[in-house]
Amino acid sequence: MAKRIDVSGLSAFYGAHKAIEDISMTIEPRSVTAFIGPSGCGKSTFLRTLNRMHEVVPGGRVEGKVMLDDEDLYGPGIDPVSVRREVGMVFQRPNPFPTMSIFDNVAAGLRLNGDYKKSGLADIVEQSLRGANLWNEVKDRLNKPGSGLSGGQQQRLCIARAIAVQPKVLLMDEPCSALDPISTLAIEDLIGELKEQYTIVIVTHNMQQAARVSDRTAFFNLAAIGQPGKLIEIDETERIFSNPSVKDTEDYISGRFG
Amino acid sequence: MSTAHATVKPVSLQGARLPKWAPWGVAATAIAVAVAVGLAAGLHSRVQWGLIAAVLFVLGTYALSAKVEGRRQAKDRVATSLVWVAFLLAVVPLLSLVWETAVRGVKVLDGYFLTHSMGVVADAEPGGGIYHAILGTAQQVGLATLIAAPIGVLTAIYLVEYGRGSLAKAVTFFVDVMTGIPSIVAGLFILSLMLMLDLQPFGFAGSLALAILMLPVVVRSTEEMLKLVPNELREASLALGVPRWRTILKVVLPTAVGGITTGVMLAIARIAGESAPVLLLVFGNNFINANPFEGAQASLPLYIYQQYINSAGSPAAYDRAWAAALTLIAFVMILNLVARGIARWKTPR
Repeated sequence: MAKRIDVSGLSAFYGAHKAIEDISMTIEPRSVTAFIGPSGCGKSTFLRTLNRMHEVVPGGRVEGKVMLDDEDLYGPGIDPVSVRREVGMVFQRPNPFPTMSIFDNVAAGLRLNGDYKKSGLADIVEQSLRGANLWNEVKDRLNKPGSGLSGGQQQRLCIARAIAVQPKVLLMDEPCSALDPISTLAIEDLIGELKEQYTIVIVTHNMQQAARVSDRTAFFNLAAIGQPGKLIEIDETERIFSNPSVKDTEDYISGRFG
Repeated sequence: MSTAHATVKPVSLQGARLPKWAPWGVAATAIAVAVAVGLAAGLHSRVQWGLIAAVLFVLGTYALSAKVEGRRQAKDRVATSLVWVAFLLAVVPLLSLVWETAVRGVKVLDGYFLTHSMGVVADAEPGGGIYHAILGTAQQVGLATLIAAPIGVLTAIYLVEYGRGSLAKAVTFFVDVMTGIPSIVAGLFILSLMLMLDLQPFGFAGSLALAILMLPVVVRSTEEMLKLVPNELREASLALGVPRWRTILKVVLPTAVGGITTGVMLAIARIAGESAPVLLLVFGNNFINANPFEGAQASLPLYIYQQYINSAGSPAAYDRAWAAALTLIAFVMILNLVARGIARWKTPR
């Protein structure tokens, strides 16, 4: 089910401003890849180019290639809507739909896409909520509004919503930065389980988190404010945190940066 | 060093405070003094008494507070009392208007009045009612809403969700210009069309003019409501692989529907009281005309005007005008309450 992502020579722009420059990397299926780096270095921008959410921002533009297995996401005739069904996304702040119940939130992706059988919907919702480790906490109040849950539960609801459409890849943009340590632990455990089935990419500012959850880590940096962000290196997480090949990476990880 | 500490004078955090009832006391005193001054100086206008009381209240608060509590507290209290005075200045005319209309309006306002027309009643005689005017207002305003609400909401969706570049700027500019169109100009615009096509006055012509007046209000309020929908929700939906139009229809609009409804209701309330374009285009009619597409119709604001102007000082006609005014105010107020109810019911919790 999971798919490999192959990025080559990717640059992204906001209008005339180049946000990231010439990024190439391979993201392995059934593994967790973490992106670390200082604020403004383009981690999130890069993440959003992987499911064509970057171009949702006015003036957003991308150059280069992103191969999902053997399809170029930016090739001619590719529909961004179908790309986003293959590559799901979880955001920094939990964002359940406020007008919908817990059940409807999880079912939203399927319902709004219109491609589902009514009879199977309850099963998919249950599976997705179980998959997000939320089923036991919400099974008695599926018809209550999703915004009534705690922050950590809301974020797991958003994960359930994302996996309900059965994507191949799951992108997570700092999914724990608005959560307390216990909820963070729950999400991290969940990431460990999800990587059995999905290709997972996670942006994080928490280096311990990157070390805990990821198999491979990519370090991004920018030369100066206003300069485009660049990929400095990507390697096995253990190597990045013990013996990185670039000095900047070591400085950043050990806190000697800047 | 410890001896130096001992010489520092202890500072108390507790200052002298006026008792809680002090503002009320000052207000009562100010009113009493104002009445005394007014009587002594022979001022007839109650407005003058009120203004004297307001000035005395603000000055008295400052003087008393400055003496007891100090200048900083006094400034705070003056600001508070100014807010209260401003509030009363705003509310008194409103309450007085509603009160006056209610007292004069209830005289003839009954079931008969609401269910009969002026068909067989001469303008100066008692009797008759406003059924034809209510019907006309409901039809004209209803048709105007059917035209302006969809166009307005769709325009706002375009401006917020899609609009970039010069077309969006032009639309925004023209909506702003439309907001400032005097109602008589909207009426004249439709009248010129009517004259070109050689048509007689009819209800729907009024609806068209009212729709022109209603449109910018709907666009503006809907735009504000759509802007309040967090962008994260749009992104969450798009990231699920939901197409943009469906995201707008199923996520953005439901989230904002309470506010949009309120905006439309307020726009309806605004045009329900228009008389100028109705006078030009619908003309007025003492008989019941249930067909807005043919023949002159009545409407509530027009009825009020005509009862006043055509009656040659007949008290019966004045009473009817007041009762119609009361009905119109009640209509607008009920619409507002309904709008608030819908907004509360639909607001995401």
